[in-house]
Amino acid sequence: MSFIEVKNISKTFKVAKRGSGLKNGIKSFFKRDYIAIDAASDISFEMDKGEIVGYIGPNGAGKSTTIKILSGILVPDSGTVKVNGLVPWVDRKEYVSNIGVVFGQRSQLWWDIPAIDTFDLLKDMYKIDEKAYEKTKNELISLLKIEDVVKVPVRQLSLGQRMRCEIAASLLHKPKILFLDEPTIGLDAVSKKIVRDFIKKINKEENTTIILTTHDMSDIEALAKRIILIGKGKILYDGTLQKLKNRYGNNKKVVITTQNRLSNINKKGIISHKKNEIGYEFIVDVNILTINEFLKYLGTKIEIEDVDIDNVGIDDVIIKTYEEYDL
Amino acid sequence: MKAIRSIFRLNFLNDLQYRSQALAGIATQFFFGFVFIMVYVAFYESGNTDKVPMPLTQLVSYLWLNQAFFSLIYIWTKEKDLISMIKNGNVAYELVRPINFYFKWYATMIAKRVSRVLLRFFPVLLIAYFLPKPFNLMLPSNLETFLIFLLSLVLSTFLVVAISMVLHMITFFTLNEKGVLEIFMSVSEILAGGTIPLVMFPTFLYKIAYVLPFRYTCDLPFRIYTGNISISNATPDIIGSFIWIIVVTLIGYLLTRKALKKAVIQGG
Repeated sequence: MSFIEVKNISKTFKVAKRGSGLKNGIKSFFKRDYIAIDAASDISFEMDKGEIVGYIGPNGAGKSTTIKILSGILVPDSGTVKVNGLVPWVDRKEYVSNIGVVFGQRSQLWWDIPAIDTFDLLKDMYKIDEKAYEKTKNELISLLKIEDVVKVPVRQLSLGQRMRCEIAASLLHKPKILFLDEPTIGLDAVSKKIVRDFIKKINKEENTTIILTTHDMSDIEALAKRIILIGKGKILYDGTLQKLKNRYGNNKKVVITTQNRLSNINKKGIISHKKNEIGYEFIVDVNILTINEFLKYLGTKIEIEDVDIDNVGIDDVIIKTYEEYDL
Repeated sequence: MKAIRSIFRLNFLNDLQYRSQALAGIATQFFFGFVFIMVYVAFYESGNTDKVPMPLTQLVSYLWLNQAFFSLIYIWTKEKDLISMIKNGNVAYELVRPINFYFKWYATMIAKRVSRVLLRFFPVLLIAYFLPKPFNLMLPSNLETFLIFLLSLVLSTFLVVAISMVLHMITFFTLNEKGVLEIFMSVSEILAGGTIPLVMFPTFLYKIAYVLPFRYTCDLPFRIYTGNISISNATPDIIGSFIWIIVVTLIGYLLTRKALKKAVIQGG
């Protein structure tokens, strides 16, 4: 049996809609039209202990709804969820003691007091043993590099500092499962890196199972081998990131620095090329033409001064996927 | 239990920081106290007070007590954190805690009220006591009266918070703490005796106020203090307080469960 089992969950919201303008506003005061939105329809997946899954999809796809159902906040209209033998919304109290949740767009820290005071409160809420608490707290603080930050009232922190405190707060009770709902939203490069390194580390050392939603594909590339792509409430893809990339060709971007001019490029596997200020930029499908063959081919034509090879952004892959499914 | 204690402590410490707010509060309380009292002094001095069911000395003390304990027993003290949490969806975090949502906020509200009143009540009472007649606060007639007053005030706090919880939970459905709720609040404030003691009400209003829970929050403790309700008459009212606390707490608790079950957590 898998650690997390989600079977056929569906959830529909009824949303009041109204047209714009005064007339429609008055009309909707007396009679409301509702539209049903399928935030999740027939979603099923399984996860093993210690796995990291990237849960992705465009805005409004139903990611947060699934996270909320998995964390016991929402009850699905139908379907079953079993996590470690518990049903989140039925065995709520026992269940939530074993999970940690970070909502990137919300805050759990008290605004007017230092984060460390909120930590102390969480210690009592989760009934964490004093010694274990001190140890975990100090570890988290040093890993997330928030030694000084935790002593400052939260309202004075930058977003990146606050988010690191939020993550620490969600892990004080050493949860077995961690839900990260857009944890890197709005963070600068340094904070992002600290957060990512940290997530990797706890996954490796504590074997924490992690479900991560994000719009930042570099998060996914850095952290998750497996992704679940969701759109309009349905699962569209469940598998490795590499496979999804391969579906659209395994493309690399190759930037060549050269003084020479290039003419009549015609080889299978070179998808596109364009001139830039230092030389040329190629998109190469390495399933057809390996980098080695490509460079050999190019070497016969021009003097190569420098080469820079890059993966084609996963963003492009995701956009293509969204387009394909008409999201 | 430890968690509730911890929530209580933290809220308490947090609120103690706001000293200037407390000073402003005291000034406001004095202002309102004087305005009310001067109106009544003028009214009593106009003669024709034979039928008034409350002597001026009692009434003045009642008004001072009401001002001194205002922050403890005022019904519609909005819990901004909770309301904004419901509106913007931060409440999601509250729901992933292994702690009962209702009692957490119940404890929070009590902590905030107690910390606020502790910073305010004493200066108001002290100065009111030393004011010249007829503006002064009188002492309770005996120790027993004082103790029953204290008991009644404690019960009043629990009842007020229970009522307040019900109102805040309604916000889950309306997503707005204004409108109908505010009208309801002004009416309940009057029915609680927040403006004048219930004995001064016309008979029909008096009867209505007596079947509702609000009078236990304000009218009862202060009239016990002033001796307007005798100790022997207070006993059924104290029992009444207990019953209302249980009833309103239960309503709030069930309403919370219902609210959370159908709650659409606002936003992403």
